Amino acid sequence: MNIIVCIKQVPDTKEVRIDPVKGTLIRQGVPSIMNPDDKAALEAALRIKDGMGAKVIALSMGPLQADAVLREAMAMGADEGILVSDPQFGGADTWATSATLAAAITKLEYDLVLAGRQAIDGDTAQVGPEIAEHLGIPHISYAKELRIEGDEVIVKRQFEDRYQLLSAKMPVLVTALSELNQPRYMTPRGIFEAYREKQVTHWQRNDIPVESENIGLKGSPTRVIETNPKVMKAPGTKIEEDVEKSVQYLIEKLKEKYIL
Amino acid sequence: MGINKKSIFVFAEQVDNRITSVVFELLGKARELSEKLNAVVVAVLPGYQIAELPKDLYAYGAHKVLISDHQALREYRTEPYTQVIAEMIRQYEPQIVLFGATSIGRDLAPRVAARIHTGLTADCTGLRVEDERLRFLMTRPAFGGNLMATIVCPDHQPAMATVRPGVMVKRLPEPDAMGELIPFEIDLTENHLFTKILETVREEGSKKLDIQDADILVAGGRGMKSAKGFEILRDLADVLGGEVASSRAAVDAGWQEKAIQVGQTGKTVRPNLYIACGISGAIQHLAGMEESDFIVAINSDPTAPIFNVADVGIVGDVFKIVPKLTEAIRKERTN
Repeated sequence: MNIIVCIKQVPDTKEVRIDPVKGTLIRQGVPSIMNPDDKAALEAALRIKDGMGAKVIALSMGPLQADAVLREAMAMGADEGILVSDPQFGGADTWATSATLAAAITKLEYDLVLAGRQAIDGDTAQVGPEIAEHLGIPHISYAKELRIEGDEVIVKRQFEDRYQLLSAKMPVLVTALSELNQPRYMTPRGIFEAYREKQVTHWQRNDIPVESENIGLKGSPTRVIETNPKVMKAPGTKIEEDVEKSVQYLIEKLKEKYIL
Repeated sequence: MGINKKSIFVFAEQVDNRITSVVFELLGKARELSEKLNAVVVAVLPGYQIAELPKDLYAYGAHKVLISDHQALREYRTEPYTQVIAEMIRQYEPQIVLFGATSIGRDLAPRVAARIHTGLTADCTGLRVEDERLRFLMTRPAFGGNLMATIVCPDHQPAMATVRPGVMVKRLPEPDAMGELIPFEIDLTENHLFTKILETVREEGSKKLDIQDADILVAGGRGMKSAKGFEILRDLADVLGGEVASSRAAVDAGWQEKAIQVGQTGKTVRPNLYIACGISGAIQHLAGMEESDFIVAINSDPTAPIFNVADVGIVGDVFKIVPKLTEAIRKERTN
């Protein structure tokens, strides 16, 4: 059983702050982390490995510093880490990213591809399903439970007001919700191996069997033409009074707005 | 018969043969876009035994309904739905295709976009057509809601977008509106891409009024201190005829259910009245509620960012103010 887990290194968006004067994003000092949903996908793969044996390959596309999340994945228990990194892949939208990752995956043997549902810096939830389409395999997204039965994957797939229990014949791609599990910590032995003994495999442009018109900014159907800090509306009235006066003021306001 | 001019497709998501609310919001937006583009609005409706549904789609703004009535489409599954939508797009070549950013829309849209090789912009909160160049501009939050990005899809057609529920505004329904029904035949033979549905389970507690449908929301955050702390919010919501909502902090603490969470990772709401109690106003929360018509914030910390978006901010102790407010409103209502 071979499992590929797609992992993205992301800025911890909870730590991103807005410069109150310039209104721009302060990226400095924002830590880079393994995307939380991806970590759940990795944990799911490692549990399958623990239970029935499997080879787990962590795969990432990004700049060279994304090496760190692959080392972390190996320290948690992944057998190999592969980083797809080349300036020519830069500026890719979800279509080009998924085309590149899918092409990288075709070089590997796999029964199961796991990915997080979405990354916290983009929140698109698109790359997983798009990889599956490029590979010509089925996908199941929003997994909150997952198990293997014979040559099938059984997934509890979450919707707003219900869940479905779905099965699909492998190979299949599944995207994981953070609720899927509680990821393990790195072990001291794992850290030692990941940083001292194992290597992250680096694949560049020429290692990936993908057409040039499908990669990077050029291969991206969408273009970001503008980014703006969010415009906040002007603050209203703030009052600091005793309870009675505050309540009375509110009642008047609600009447003014015809709510009362 | 057919579609012989430019069109905007709206994916008419239905669950248990009921149209999902966001579809009506998308139809409202699509009608607005269609005027500038001189296009027709086409609701695309896959399902099974769905003959009753088109009339509501016309009422909310669809000019035409492209319907695919097939047993394989009874319950949502990625592959047969992808086949239908992709085939409709290939045949009718719409300029724009809109999906609700629901758990179905966010599963289906990327699969379709990859299949027909076009761009897809996720979770849009703004859609408009430029005045002169008539480019279709899609705006979405990025970096956890810290930035707004505007995105175009210049060289591929159609431009596709998923749109956050609760952001676009429905038109007033015209119950007598008529439109053209276009049946769409497709062969949906099972192949290796089809998943099997073993079981579908509706979850308890999810049948309460959706906070996105409520006109009045009383929301609580970390400042409510416990699940029990929320009881005074329930009382206030009841006397106002509203619902209780929650910030992410209170959901993470286990005091409230995820279903009532407002914000970037929860739901976007725009009620007539939003009362934020003990909510500091992290940017992730503001992203989900700042479009509310009238916002009241009650918080003991005068520097809380929630006051920056509040129309009325009350600096004070929620546990003292809220019960008094409930009592005062009750008195007003009985007078």
